[in-house]
Amino acid sequence: MAETAALENSKQIRNARQSPASILRAAFESGSVTGAVELSEVQFLTMVGVRVDPDTEAGMRISSVTGGLPPRSGDVRGTGDTAVLWMGPEEFLVVAPTEAHESLGGNLIQALRSALGDGEGQVVDLSANRTTFELKGPRARAALEKGCSLDLHPRVLKTGTALSTEIGNIPAILWKTGDESYRIFPRASFAYFLGRWLLDAMREYASPEVP
Amino acid sequence: MLLIPCPNCGPRDETEFHYGGQAHVAYPANPAELTDREWAEYLFYRDNTKGAFAERWVHSTGCRQWFNMLRDTVSYDIQAVYPMGTPRPATAIPAAAESGTASTGADSTTTGNTAPSISATSTASSTPAPEGATK
Ligand SMILES: [Zn+2]
Repeated sequence: MAETAALENSKQIRNARQSPASILRAAFESGSVTGAVELSEVQFLTMVGVRVDPDTEAGMRISSVTGGLPPRSGDVRGTGDTAVLWMGPEEFLVVAPTEAHESLGGNLIQALRSALGDGEGQVVDLSANRTTFELKGPRARAALEKGCSLDLHPRVLKTGTALSTEIGNIPAILWKTGDESYRIFPRASFAYFLGRWLLDAMREYASPEVP
Repeated sequence: MLLIPCPNCGPRDETEFHYGGQAHVAYPANPAELTDREWAEYLFYRDNTKGAFAERWVHSTGCRQWFNMLRDTVSYDIQAVYPMGTPRPATAIPAAAESGTASTGADSTTTGNTAPSISATSTASSTPAPEGATK
């Protein structure tokens, strides 16, 4: 009973929450160019920072919860709608839907915590640390290339790769989720800047291409 | 802009890294026994090598891991990347420093006109310098 009340309460709190780029929602809509490049914010994904040596018993227990741990830079593992991104040799970022958060009745974080047990490492709720941008369309790569020094050509950056790097001079995680779609995770305090930066990078694709 | 080969992530722009200064500066075994001068030298005095220099770097916007790097301070040529806690690659130094600076001369003729004479003096002066300067 008390649990149901607590859940109701946290749902109400969630409704009052503002996502880091919510102030740009209208700008994202008007700045998106259908058929070329579109930008939107995905609000309040559940993100969990995990630090563990994958070769230890605790690492294997965590791996069984997440559906594997990515072995090297760029790799992504996971099951269903939960993905694990490689952040470092012993550092991972678990990305899951909003509902996986304990404030909405999910049990992902508790499951990871109990998998870690008294093993060496940590499981930290980082859901409020970053927000999620979705950039997609045939011009998405061209827009990103203006401020990202990684080789984004599909022969190098394959779909399903996630890399921690710099976009528009700020640190961000870039995850290629499809042939023409990317998820970008900027820290909350950079969200407004990166949102504006991406809008600026996208703007030329609203005009007809000059031959 | 340097393209630094992170041992975990591969080559990335220099702006993704932070510099950690000279590598292999050992913490004194008995800090309390040092004179003020020795303590100040441990804290603040670093080699100012011309040529192959062992230094620490951290891939701060990538994997956030530290590593050591052997870099030529004249040509910016990166000669070796090796893990923290391992000694400066022994074979690479005398051989690579010598051949490195020598090849530096060859390389830098393309970039700078004073390079050959500089590298000639740096081979002579910088190679003994690390040994002599080590306290
Ligand atoms: Zn790295």
